[in-house]
Amino acid sequence: MTTATTPQTQPDAPAGGGKSAWRGRLEQLLAFAGLLVIVVFFSIANDNFRTFSNFTAILFSTVVIGTLALGTTFVIITGGIDLSIGTGMTLCAVMAGTFLITWNLPLGLGLLLTVLFGGLIGFVNGFNVSVLGLPPFIATLAMMLVAQGLALVISGSAPIYFNALPEFSKISTGELIPKVPNGVLVLAVLAILSAILLTRTLFGRYTFSIGSNEEATELSGINVRKWKILIYTVAGLFTGFAGILISARLGSAQPATGMGYELQAIAAVVIGGTSLTGGRGSIIGTIIGALIISVLNNGLRIMSIPQEWQNVILGLVILAAVYADMARKRSA
Amino acid sequence: MTEPATAVAPDHTSTPLLEVRGVAKSFPGVKALQDMHLTLRRGEVLALVGENGAGKSTLMKLLSGIYTPDEGEFYFDGAPYQVSGPKHASETGISIIHQEFNLMPDLTVAQNIFIGREPRSGGFFTNDRALNRRAAELIERLQLPLDPKQNVGTMTVAKQQMVEIAKALSYDGRVLIMDEPTAALNDAEVATLHELIRRFVTPETGVIYISHKMDELKAISDRITVIRDGRYIDTLDTKSTTMKEVIARMVGREITSDARPENVRGDRPVILSVNGLSTKHLLKDVSFELLEGEILGFAGLMGAGRTEVARAVVGADPITAGTVSLRGKNISVGNPAQAADLRIGYLSEDRKHLGLLLDQTVNANIALSSLSELFSKAGFVQDRPMRVRSREYVKSLRIKTPSISQTTKNLSGGNQQKVVIAKWLLKDCDILIFDEPTRGIDVGAKEEIYRLLNELAEGGKSIIMISSELPEVLRMSHRIVVMSEGRVTGELSAAEANQESVMHLATLRPDENVADAEELGLEPPPVVPTSVHTTVVETTDEEEATP
Repeated sequence: MTTATTPQTQPDAPAGGGKSAWRGRLEQLLAFAGLLVIVVFFSIANDNFRTFSNFTAILFSTVVIGTLALGTTFVIITGGIDLSIGTGMTLCAVMAGTFLITWNLPLGLGLLLTVLFGGLIGFVNGFNVSVLGLPPFIATLAMMLVAQGLALVISGSAPIYFNALPEFSKISTGELIPKVPNGVLVLAVLAILSAILLTRTLFGRYTFSIGSNEEATELSGINVRKWKILIYTVAGLFTGFAGILISARLGSAQPATGMGYELQAIAAVVIGGTSLTGGRGSIIGTIIGALIISVLNNGLRIMSIPQEWQNVILGLVILAAVYADMARKRSA
Repeated sequence: MTEPATAVAPDHTSTPLLEVRGVAKSFPGVKALQDMHLTLRRGEVLALVGENGAGKSTLMKLLSGIYTPDEGEFYFDGAPYQVSGPKHASETGISIIHQEFNLMPDLTVAQNIFIGREPRSGGFFTNDRALNRRAAELIERLQLPLDPKQNVGTMTVAKQQMVEIAKALSYDGRVLIMDEPTAALNDAEVATLHELIRRFVTPETGVIYISHKMDELKAISDRITVIRDGRYIDTLDTKSTTMKEVIARMVGREITSDARPENVRGDRPVILSVNGLSTKHLLKDVSFELLEGEILGFAGLMGAGRTEVARAVVGADPITAGTVSLRGKNISVGNPAQAADLRIGYLSEDRKHLGLLLDQTVNANIALSSLSELFSKAGFVQDRPMRVRSREYVKSLRIKTPSISQTTKNLSGGNQQKVVIAKWLLKDCDILIFDEPTRGIDVGAKEEIYRLLNELAEGGKSIIMISSELPEVLRMSHRIVVMSEGRVTGELSAAEANQESVMHLATLRPDENVADAEELGLEPPPVVPTSVHTTVVETTDEEEATP
């Protein structure tokens, strides 16, 4: 931290250790501060915003995007991207309908199979990226289309309703804690598990390591291929969770939806300070990013700002967040 | 070399720690190493020196298992040594610190040191407390000023270097190989590094220290092995040798070609004058003048800052101090496009990535820089005049291509280079900066390029030629600017320049004065009449020739 910097002798060293060591945290603080600012702003601007039921509504609306964003955080930290999570989620929802309604499997088994199916989608992505060496953008773009098509094929292009299975809907809409939808609890649990996975395990360590310098990681004797497959598989598991959560909330699996969720999730990750070039990121940041998106959508809607403008504002927020990331990179 | 202090059986101590026997390695078209020998004794620091491209890095990569040798064997501690990869090498006891660091900038010092060997709890969970403790112990033992929890990316290069060393030593290795470890360090940091090396060396360990900084070799090494053109040349005892001898062996090719720079004249007007040029990272107070119609050579070792000078002059990198003036008028160049408008063209060393659109036609490449100026009308490209001019240049530069519609990547290296030249000539550049103009070009084509350069200079173009091939610099340059570590360490006239004088300046630490150089056993650059010094040089061409 007390590095005496001698610029002429260090062509590629960032100057001054101390400041930059704080940068990562500072950025999370900034994202958090940003969240606070917009919450305060909407609270002052509109009475209907600052009600308990509205806050739970905001949290509830964060559940699906938040879950997708958690999984894709791992992928983005490796420097990759996963575009298949949106339609992958839909395919998982359709599979949940197939397992639980069409095949009439027991609830627990059906849920397990759904999550595993999501993992399978992720595994294929991981295989394509790390074994076949396809660029993540292309591999997951292809998977996005495959999943979209399969969801329609398997469901016969018609929604699958879970009316026969009221238990299922409780996963999202039940209230184990009064007035807090279960979906919010699920997201909280998944977030905590993700944070542990990212910061306390080899899996997380190598996720950062690969994103930071893949070649050096490989040369350090780490099986980068294997870990990348695992990382994409984990992202896939989260699409499974998201598929369950969204269909439980809607009471049906809607095969024609899903496209666009991946971009919202990626936006949440990026707003939360995870670097698209890899190496840096955090779960708490991703959750804050997802909340910022929800709060913006909710607050702007309450203020009767048209949907079109909500998109414009969200777009500008993403630009600002990514620019902040780039600016910090350049100054480092 | 120091005698082992402990009483060990003599036959044991006489077994070299590491031995390279007759190793050869070829790449398509290039014999990188041939019949290489090297012996690292127990308890010594062996310096390995050679010019750019002598084969040092190839040897390192063979030792670390990144490449496998075509012929020959390695012996470690008397036993044959075959290695599958860097981690295996480290575990066997041979740790290698490459010139380019293998660190993860976003991880902490401790995480980097023990990557792949993390202390765990419960198999899958990392035990960061144990990790940081082990790192702290290691750092303590090595007496390094490092914080185990600091992110490596936030540290200076010197400290990153220390992390690499700590990582290497954490394997309890017996052989430590360092490739240009001081390239980015200042004097104090070099001293710290040397101290570290001395502490590492015991009667059971050894260090191979690759460097071309002569003063450092004198300070740290016991013996010096010289390699040249991928071959073993000689091993000298550091104490009883002079740096002059070392340099002589580094460059010592005998001279066959008598080609000399053409049209050398001192009475030309100055066209470009650079004064006190500095950049944020490397360049310090670089000054030189380019005369009209001359070929000004830029010599120096890898990383000396020659390319950086070119990039700064054409505005590709920002300058922090200094002025550039063109025909006596100060100019400020913000980007290469402005440089091109001032008729200064930069021909990058990375021709395939930065000089050409390989998938496009010869015609498209030649016209690229002049499109808006010469070949567009209301935004539409004027195809016919473009093709006419391209054909002219294909003819006048003798570019061998079936037609101007040929895709550029199908041309040979030499002809590709000519396409780049044509592009800048069409732009009517007065100043052409060639960065490694003959890199990747075979012998015959090199001659062609040389001829072209001479013709251009004769025709009034002013040329800066950056080259790592000393013979090429000597042969072509009217004057030679020599750089080392971001500074100009000397300027030589064609008559003064020879391999020794250039190499001496190129290996100088810039703060040294001439007295230091004499201490190292070097005479001041000799002024030799050309007739005596028919010593220009045969290049390594036969190895690179891949027609």
